[in-house]
Amino acid sequence: MSNAVSALNGKVAAGEVTIREAGLRGMITLRADLSDSKVKSICTSLTGAAFPSSGQANCDDAKGLCWMSPDEVLILVPYDTVADALEQIAKALKNKHHLAENVSDARALITVEGTFAREVIAKLAPVDLHPDAFQPGDFRRSHIGQVAAAFWMRDQDTIAVICFRSVAEYAFDLLATSAKAGRVGFFA
Amino acid sequence: MLTLHCPYCGVDADETDLHAGGEAHLKRASTGSSDDAFEDYLFMRENPKGVHFERWRHAYGCGKWFLAARCTATLQVFGTYRAQTHEPPQDIKDAISAQRPGWSWGNFR
Repeated sequence: MSNAVSALNGKVAAGEVTIREAGLRGMITLRADLSDSKVKSICTSLTGAAFPSSGQANCDDAKGLCWMSPDEVLILVPYDTVADALEQIAKALKNKHHLAENVSDARALITVEGTFAREVIAKLAPVDLHPDAFQPGDFRRSHIGQVAAAFWMRDQDTIAVICFRSVAEYAFDLLATSAKAGRVGFFA
Repeated sequence: MLTLHCPYCGVDADETDLHAGGEAHLKRASTGSSDDAFEDYLFMRENPKGVHFERWRHAYGCGKWFLAARCTATLQVFGTYRAQTHEPPQDIKDAISAQRPGWSWGNFR
């Protein structure tokens, strides 16, 4: 079997805010009726995370659930357990209308860690990132610079960004440039 | 800059997150329609200075189509609502009437 490598193979741009490509992540996109109890229970049993409400993400380091749209949820699991997770979904939702697809190799996950991580994103996305409006647990799909991206806060100093693999280098450089340019102080 | 509230995912989306989809509440001229009706459906559009109803897609967000009522002259947004409706909901009409008494658009007033 070929040796799977993530988009930027764990590239790091260290600084006051550090940008880090998170390496291989298992990601499953699931489209289904999100109000269905079977859909909710398979999501939570795969990840151990509570099912997110609209605009929320419940993630720890390796596993989690992100609310993508009224009929779509992104399931994060360890990379090597995706095939098994897909099997479990297929079994649990056998008679339900749904679509589950492994998108691990189509996406990249980049983390932004540091005291002004919030501002690094705020400079790039048309999203209100003021502490009053965006807090850990909040999840937002939008774009950074010229490319589509989704992001959520893990804690006050850490933001995780998901983008397409094909634009991972652009997204990484964009975030690194924004971090290097320094703090704005607008949210201070 | 236009900021529209997406009624599906509940966020205030910037214009750059959205894709404009033209006039709202179009009714397709179906099989058996006259050529004139079909021409109307394909080409004839409202082009108001003032109250207007449009389709928008939250392209970079949840990907859903929704409808918006806004003023083409001032860019004031009266409200947004879900696309599963044949005419603007009453609260949207009320919001417009409060700002633009006597407005009309197509068959709506």
